[in-house]
Amino acid sequence: MSAVASREDSSRAEAGFRFALLLPGAVVTLLLVVFALVMVVFLAFRINDGSLLGAGFTFFNFLSVATDPLNWTVTLRSLTIAALVTAATVATAYPVAYYLAFHAGRRRGLILFLVTLPFWTSYLLRVFAWKVVLAYNGVLNSALVGSGLLSEPTLALLNTPAAVVVTLAHAYAAFAILPIYVALETIPRSQMEAAADLGARPWTVFRRVILPCSMPGVLAAALVVFVPTVGDYVTPALVGGPSSTMIGSLIQAQFGKANDWPFGAALAVAVMLVILCVVLIARGADRRFGSRT
Amino acid sequence: MSGSTTGSEAGRWLGVYVLVYILFLYLPVSLIPIFSFNDSIQAAFPLQGFTTAWYSTLLGNSALSGALVNSLAVGFVAASAATLCGITIAYADLHGRSSFSTAISNLARLPILIPGVIVGIALLILINLVGLGPSRTAIVFGHILVALPTTVVIMRGRFSAIPKSIPEAALDLGASDFATFRRVMLPLSLPAIGSAFMLAFLISFDEFIVAFFLAGTEPTLPLYIWAQLRFPKSLPTVMALGTVILAGSILIAAAAELLRRRGLSGGARHALPATA
Repeated sequence: MSAVASREDSSRAEAGFRFALLLPGAVVTLLLVVFALVMVVFLAFRINDGSLLGAGFTFFNFLSVATDPLNWTVTLRSLTIAALVTAATVATAYPVAYYLAFHAGRRRGLILFLVTLPFWTSYLLRVFAWKVVLAYNGVLNSALVGSGLLSEPTLALLNTPAAVVVTLAHAYAAFAILPIYVALETIPRSQMEAAADLGARPWTVFRRVILPCSMPGVLAAALVVFVPTVGDYVTPALVGGPSSTMIGSLIQAQFGKANDWPFGAALAVAVMLVILCVVLIARGADRRFGSRT
Repeated sequence: MSGSTTGSEAGRWLGVYVLVYILFLYLPVSLIPIFSFNDSIQAAFPLQGFTTAWYSTLLGNSALSGALVNSLAVGFVAASAATLCGITIAYADLHGRSSFSTAISNLARLPILIPGVIVGIALLILINLVGLGPSRTAIVFGHILVALPTTVVIMRGRFSAIPKSIPEAALDLGASDFATFRRVMLPLSLPAIGSAFMLAFLISFDEFIVAFFLAGTEPTLPLYIWAQLRFPKSLPTVMALGTVILAGSILIAAAAELLRRRGLSGGARHALPATA
């Protein structure tokens, strides 16, 4: 009798433990992720009447997202900037990841720490540092004038889309190294040795074995750089000027000055759809390269 | 390293590239501490002379110290909650064997794929809906969400690095699931928990865009800096403040890295008798 009771007790305790284990994560993810995102989508279909959740049901917000030429300009600019930043980041990070995987030796730990450290320092300060570099009376201008390359400071450095690309590529540099490094690290050494044994030159081994095998890492790197840059707000605001407004600034304006939350929500849904497309394309490409994840 | 001559020569050139890359990575940010000691309101070369005057402007600034207190409080609470969620989500995912816990774990890592602006507006709608409004509490919720993917990834990595035989041995010896978690798995993961907490704290402490949407009348430190950036006159003060923040961030990140490594080597040591 008592054995049965204690077994019942312990199974109740086990169930309680499992419940307690699931509770915090379930509350946080279901409320803060799922419910909050559902509310954004819901709001995107509402009419702006000044109240928190709007009124009625409408496709008008999406219609104006799709038909306003300003939105197209800004969206295309955001996609172009994010694509350029992604390409620049991945291309410059790849050799670093390659060195880490095959040549770093005892210095690997130190280099890994050095390239990931900026990730843990203030993003705002890193962008601000570029403003200091590019400003009219800033570091680059004073250096160019001081060295006689320019007779007077130029305005052409700050407040341009190019400044946004450089700053973002620099700010997200570290994001790309880690996924590529992990992918290179997990390539079986025997495959590379087999290729070399069969007479492939180092360049051929790289092109035919290492590069295709590291593509899942390259795609993951592209994704983690593309997603935050396409919706970035801080960098265009600090170093971009009016000629490089991005979609993040447009969304922010709807929740700020313009005070049209449903339209802002529709813009946000559009951005999430674009990101979803990019994720699906990346996943499709990943499968083509024979995903190992 | 043990490759042919051409291989090691290529490695040397790559090494030079990596060195240049790291220098370029640190060059812009290193200007902040340099100009924080420069005796000029302009951030331009040549340097005008050494001063610590900008640092003394940081003291006795009540708006600044208020923002600092807000950031520390928000960071502490958000990091605690995010770490608790990270531990439980990762453990339930790896040991719960239910599709629900796997779904939660995937959802918890989803915010990586959402730009900060959208996280900000989604939570702004949510907190207004529940009647909370922009406030420090709202920022805490936002930062739990932003830090969650990191804590889940770190704790998943740690729990999956513990050999399965260890919890199995505890269960075979009659320990309950809870006792196995509390007496075996948690102690083995303590360094990783510390590392996850510190990194979550750093994420919250440096986070700008979500706080930008959710802050009421009590700004955090990045919001204070953002407001100061409009005034060219306060540029050197921002440099001094930035230097202090960068130094703090680097110290905490280094401590978290050391903890994480100690945790990994500790796990390897424990693994030896179990696999032998």
